[in-house]
Amino acid sequence: MNFYLLSVIKAAVVSGVLMLTLLYLQWVERKLLAHIQVRLGPYRVGPHGLLQPIADTIKLLTKEDLMPPGVNKFFFLLAPFLAISLSLISISVVPFGPEVQAGGVRTWMQLTDLNIGVIFILAISSLTVYGVVLAGWASNSKYPLLGALRSSAQMISYELPLGLAVAAPLLMSNTLSLRELVQTQEHFYWGFFPAWNLLRGPWPQVIGFIVFMIAVFAETNRVPFDLPEAESELVAGFHTEYSSMKFAGFFMAEYANMITVCSMGTILFLGGWLPPFPAGYGSKFIPAAAFAAGGLVSLYHGLYTRHLRDRWSLTAFAGIFFAIAVVFSVPLLQPYLLPLFWFCAKTGLLLFVFIWVRGTQPRFRYDQLMRFAWSFLFPVAMVNLLATGLLVALFG
Amino acid sequence: MDAIVFLIFAGVAVVCAINVVVRVHPISSALSLIGVMGSLAVIYLLLGAQFIAAAQVFVYAGAIMVLFIFVIMLLNTGAEERSRGAWMARLAGTPLLMALLGILSFVIFWAFPRRIGVHFGAFTGGTVENIGRAIFTTYLLPFEITSILVLIAIVGAVTLGYKELD
Repeated sequence: MNFYLLSVIKAAVVSGVLMLTLLYLQWVERKLLAHIQVRLGPYRVGPHGLLQPIADTIKLLTKEDLMPPGVNKFFFLLAPFLAISLSLISISVVPFGPEVQAGGVRTWMQLTDLNIGVIFILAISSLTVYGVVLAGWASNSKYPLLGALRSSAQMISYELPLGLAVAAPLLMSNTLSLRELVQTQEHFYWGFFPAWNLLRGPWPQVIGFIVFMIAVFAETNRVPFDLPEAESELVAGFHTEYSSMKFAGFFMAEYANMITVCSMGTILFLGGWLPPFPAGYGSKFIPAAAFAAGGLVSLYHGLYTRHLRDRWSLTAFAGIFFAIAVVFSVPLLQPYLLPLFWFCAKTGLLLFVFIWVRGTQPRFRYDQLMRFAWSFLFPVAMVNLLATGLLVALFG
Repeated sequence: MDAIVFLIFAGVAVVCAINVVVRVHPISSALSLIGVMGSLAVIYLLLGAQFIAAAQVFVYAGAIMVLFIFVIMLLNTGAEERSRGAWMARLAGTPLLMALLGILSFVIFWAFPRRIGVHFGAFTGGTVENIGRAIFTTYLLPFEITSILVLIAIVGAVTLGYKELD
């Protein structure tokens, strides 16, 4: 097939799925937070609030678009545009699966593979600070400015431990291409133990992974590092003056950044699309079994519930889960679906950690945040990198 | 294709560079400078220097310019006033600029004859592997000296900062 046509189709699929994920990640977050706080969360719009994101989108689209007086118009409009476009670019180098063959076309489940993929993502993520900074400055208002100042200091500080934490698995895999990074983690120790960078010799990257996760929490401005938009002190931080779709732009950018960094973590440390144990031990039945179990739980709750609404919706969900389980157990489709399942499962697990932390952790104070980055996280990441380099040089 | 991309980004780079000088507000100038750096990164990429391109974005646009903008915002500098300029600059500015450009283009044409042109895609040594190998073998001494220079600069900055605090 024509290279350009294939690229356009792949880009359309990836961006469509990404947009849908962005939309529903917000629903998942609200639901999870609600259940952590023993609430129900969105429930009214559609079954279990499933149409809530669409309602929110319509609301944001039709809201009055305010332009406060005294703003720098050009930069005020440029900021959300920059934020959203920079956060969406990075997904173009993320590999979701191995090379597959469909209808005589061989292609990778990836938009493009750069031999500097990791540096590309780091470079793009180092630019994302401009969206926040410009928004804060162009708003011509004190809270956004304070939020933007905090944000730029915070993002510069946490980029150092992030870069060092990313460099350690690169040393072990000896490549910068995200595709090859996963391929180097493909074998199993003793036939069953995964050789992911998190668990692989000579120096398992457990410390690196923890430093990476902490640093990306700060890079994406999430709790407990959401100082740039600390609502108890700064109203809403850098996007205080934004309304309507411009506000939605920042919102989407935050979630897109979360997805990007979680897929980065999956690829660098958790073996990307690779299963946690070999197919010979039955890892290819896990997705079908997981969906079937989900369906059973849903069916049980649907049949023994007091609410009439839930009786229908949960039974319908059970049917959908069973249908997915059947699709996953078709051997013909397994080469395409299994890698995608493992990639989404690992990325989803990391996204769940993001939401879990938001539901349970208080916010740092600003000086604590800075001291933590420079006098704890940075040295730890440095020592981890040195240890990795030494051990790879000796035993690698 | 390469030539079209080159012309577009060379044009963007020149327009942004002029904008850096023309703008009265420091933030606008700084952002135009980021535009210059971004376009230069694309041109490096066209020439086959992938690592330099990424480093250009990562280091200059992503770190140094953020610091610039951080300082500009912290000092909260407003728009600068346009001075009327010295009479000599107004009188001799344009002819001297033309003369400089003329001399420069003459020197370039004289030093690099026509047949040595730039071919996009002809150079393939810009990968991370090649640059890493070159830095740690052929150019090890300059590299280490530069790192010591940077270390001295950091120590100097910290010392100056402490002096301010006392």
